[in-house]
Amino acid sequence: MSDWMTVFADPNVQWILFGCMLLGLSSGVIGSFAYLRKQSLMGDALAHAALPGVCIAFMLSGSKSIALFLIGAAVAGTAATFGIGYITRHTRIKQDAALAIVLSTFFGLGIVLLTQIQHSGNGNQSGLDKFLFGQAATMMQNDVWIMAIISLVLIGISTLLFKEFKLLSFDPGFARGIGYPVAFLDQLIMFLLVVAVVAGIQAVGVVLMAALLITPAVSARYWTERLGFMVALSGMFGALSGLAGTFISSTGNNLPTGPLIVLVATAVFFFSVLAAPRRGILSKLLLRASARSQARQEQVILQAVRREQDR
Amino acid sequence: MPVHPLTIQNMTVAYEKKPVLRDISFQVPEGKLIGIVGPNGAGKSTLIKAALELIPKLSGDAAIYGKPYAEQRKLVGYVPQRESVDWDFPTNALDVVAMGRYGHLGWFKRPGGVEKKLAMACLAKVGMSEFAGRQISQLSGGQQQRIFLARALAQDAKLYFMDEPFVGVDAATEKAIITLLNELKMQGKTVLVVHHDLATVQEYFDWLMLLNVELIAFGPTEQTFTADKLQQAYGGKLTMLDRDGQSALITSGR
Repeated sequence: MSDWMTVFADPNVQWILFGCMLLGLSSGVIGSFAYLRKQSLMGDALAHAALPGVCIAFMLSGSKSIALFLIGAAVAGTAATFGIGYITRHTRIKQDAALAIVLSTFFGLGIVLLTQIQHSGNGNQSGLDKFLFGQAATMMQNDVWIMAIISLVLIGISTLLFKEFKLLSFDPGFARGIGYPVAFLDQLIMFLLVVAVVAGIQAVGVVLMAALLITPAVSARYWTERLGFMVALSGMFGALSGLAGTFISSTGNNLPTGPLIVLVATAVFFFSVLAAPRRGILSKLLLRASARSQARQEQVILQAVRREQDR
Repeated sequence: MPVHPLTIQNMTVAYEKKPVLRDISFQVPEGKLIGIVGPNGAGKSTLIKAALELIPKLSGDAAIYGKPYAEQRKLVGYVPQRESVDWDFPTNALDVVAMGRYGHLGWFKRPGGVEKKLAMACLAKVGMSEFAGRQISQLSGGQQQRIFLARALAQDAKLYFMDEPFVGVDAATEKAIITLLNELKMQGKTVLVVHHDLATVQEYFDWLMLLNVELIAFGPTEQTFTADKLQQAYGGKLTMLDRDGQSALITSGR
């Protein structure tokens, strides 16, 4: 058996591959809506805000339970979005500046709490420091099952509420006009983003999670003009990045999984920018070249006709 | 006594502390094509948005056919300003028009054959049938405006609100839109249009509202569209040129 085949034979690696694929899939799906709603940075803010939430959940409970982390991250994420909303509504500060302030405050608080935990001598704390950049190798079979459930819920809700999410992303004013509970749907999408972030903390870490939410969506946008197809494609790109990143990491010399997943997603993005039909750079160059040669041909014919007439 | 399509009573709306609309009261008669004009910042769009409960009111009431808007949504169609959305969204014209049916569909249900057929019919009414499958960013400004209009038609409402439907559209589209609005009127529907071109007011609308934070005048166009009242609404910003008995108007800004 060749070297890279042995990787797949290892049951531990199989679980990690499966887990990272699911993570990429679900964050790609929900990330599409965040991207289209121009909330790309919001994903980043939510991911950074999750850190203090998770730390506090750990400090209060003393255990590394995903359910508690989810609650902690959701509370912190809600506090962060509320903070951003409050600042933009009640001051002259624009949303980008508000995001930057809130994001760094929460992240700073998270780092302080993380250091505090590491010095507390709690025997259970090992691995918590991996939340910054993630460590996929620490994923157990149980973690992967939880991720499978999370993915199912995320994709299920996105499928059921596809029509509602679509209208909310395209024209929230009209959605409110026909009676959609826009504030509720807003919060729901935020919450789903938080769920995806928490699912990704272990493997990718809070710092890089935003890339996994947004990059597949941006890449998918290049290939299609249909929302349903874009969301599916974004999920596929995410899953592919998760698989390929984990695979490279497990064959290579101890390269970190999370950053590799993000780099693969970026590679997919660059490929999309170059090669996508219509929107891609190559296709635009080709189109321009063919338009130019056509214009030139027409000119040649025109001149020939004129010469003919002059004679 | 007939119920009015729209009744607004003592409505005041403010952004921050500055009132944008002050103590507005009026009743809209049924089956009329009504223009809403006034200078920049007069609160024209705000009036529509407050009536549709898109923005909060400080005080006052709005009733659609005698009941709160929340109970009457299906009677109301809305055409927002074209610039209010990002047209580089991954969808096509037919799909946007089908969104007009979302309010009738209820949760979870996807638009199916019935909705598609209705959306196609609405596209045909605005002369956009051949663009049904076109990606919306590849439509011209006028075509995008027609798509929004078709979406409002798909809502199959009795009372329509349109926010500046004539902004940035070519002459052909403007003509197509006004023909369509007149058809709606013939069907007994009521249409309120935020408008800024005083030159076409007399030609387009049978009723007119002059607005400048306060309600200046509201009534049949021939009674409302007078030099006196326009001066009142636009203040010094209006220059009137009397030419051959016909008044041509020049406003600064739209």
